[in-house]
Amino acid sequence: MEREEVKSILESLLLVADGPQSVRRFSEVLDGVGDDTIESALRELQSDLDMQNRGIRLAEVAGGYQLRTPKVNADWVKKFLGGRPARMGKATLETLAIIAYRQPITRAEIEAIRGVDVDGVIATLLERNLIRAVARKDVPGRPFLYGTTPEFLQLFNLQDLSHLPTLKEMEEISLPEVPPDTVALDHLEEN
Amino acid sequence: MDLLLHLIKKNEVSITDIPIATITEQYLATLELMQNLSLDVAGEFLVMAATLIHIKSRMLLPAGDNEADEDEGVDPHEELVRRLLEYQRYKEAAAELEQRDLLTRDVFVRSATPMEEAGPRGFREVSIFELVGALKRVIDRLPKDAVHEVALDKITVREKMTLLLETLRGHGSVFFESLFAEVKSRVEVVATFLAMLELVKVRAIRVFQEEMAGPIMIEAAARMEEAAEQVVLDQTEEDRHGA
Repeated sequence: MEREEVKSILESLLLVADGPQSVRRFSEVLDGVGDDTIESALRELQSDLDMQNRGIRLAEVAGGYQLRTPKVNADWVKKFLGGRPARMGKATLETLAIIAYRQPITRAEIEAIRGVDVDGVIATLLERNLIRAVARKDVPGRPFLYGTTPEFLQLFNLQDLSHLPTLKEMEEISLPEVPPDTVALDHLEEN
Repeated sequence: MDLLLHLIKKNEVSITDIPIATITEQYLATLELMQNLSLDVAGEFLVMAATLIHIKSRMLLPAGDNEADEDEGVDPHEELVRRLLEYQRYKEAAAELEQRDLLTRDVFVRSATPMEEAGPRGFREVSIFELVGALKRVIDRLPKDAVHEVALDKITVREKMTLLLETLRGHGSVFFESLFAEVKSRVEVVATFLAMLELVKVRAIRVFQEEMAGPIMIEAAARMEEAAEQVVLDQTEEDRHGA
């Protein structure tokens, strides 16, 4: 198959696809075409769209590829669609950030960080499918451990969790003797 | 935590160097204000207040009183600083996440799910604290009539829901206060308020305000027609059973 042909087919598949699609999914359809070829064709398509300042761009999100509109056109698209985007409250966003960076994490652990009850926020996040219960922690009460979903990655335009913005170090901390993350462990060793 | 961090920022001091006395005083003053407004001060706020007072009291003790320190295990002041720094870290991470190209805000995909309704740009959601505060103002304004009138008209939340939906269909949006313009009794105020909450819950309406402490507005939302139909259905159902 000609390279241009592969690119053209991929573009079509991306257009009709529902959600981000993995390279594997494409190679299942384009049998005989290697993953390498597909991947490089996708990259070429991606740079073509960027170079030509097109109204659609190829984004790498949630472990796959997806056509998305560029940010510069956001206002026009919004005007066209009419509605208004769902906004996320501060409490929701903060809780989601804690879960994203600390997953898997229990409700009690989140509350220890935020200092307030997070029941309602957790319910909202579960309802919006941005987090899910991934396991139960092996402590009394066997509380749920929460983690983020692929929808979370899609919402924040993230390829995977390793692409989360780096968490700022707590550089100005005045407790040099114990780095905060090791507090619990040190206590265990003492006992 | 959030309130504490807010106060620290407002005083332009560093987390690691909190003027405990000042901050504790401001923290308690804020709690008192919340209570004066008859808002429920959540337990967590009281825990934080206790922690602050605990730290303050320890600072008054002569230095070198090591026995007390060992009892505690962890110095509450250091523990608080550690928690504040950790919380601030996630707060910053949240702010950074929010600046990414968000789906349905900055970038869109084909067959984009119809956008969720939310307050118009620049408008903020009204917190339950503010709503309850507004309700209190309405109740306070009712004539303090000593005569207890026995209302024969049965006021139902459902009637109030129908009324509110009709008003919105006519006007698009109304001020929170104007909902209660014709209302004469406490029961009626409460029924109207509950009707509003019920409609918010089913997303038939949304409640917002343009600025902090600004007038609270109510407007029709995506599921208004759906909700209106449901109210009528429920009503018919009830009438049939009642008959």
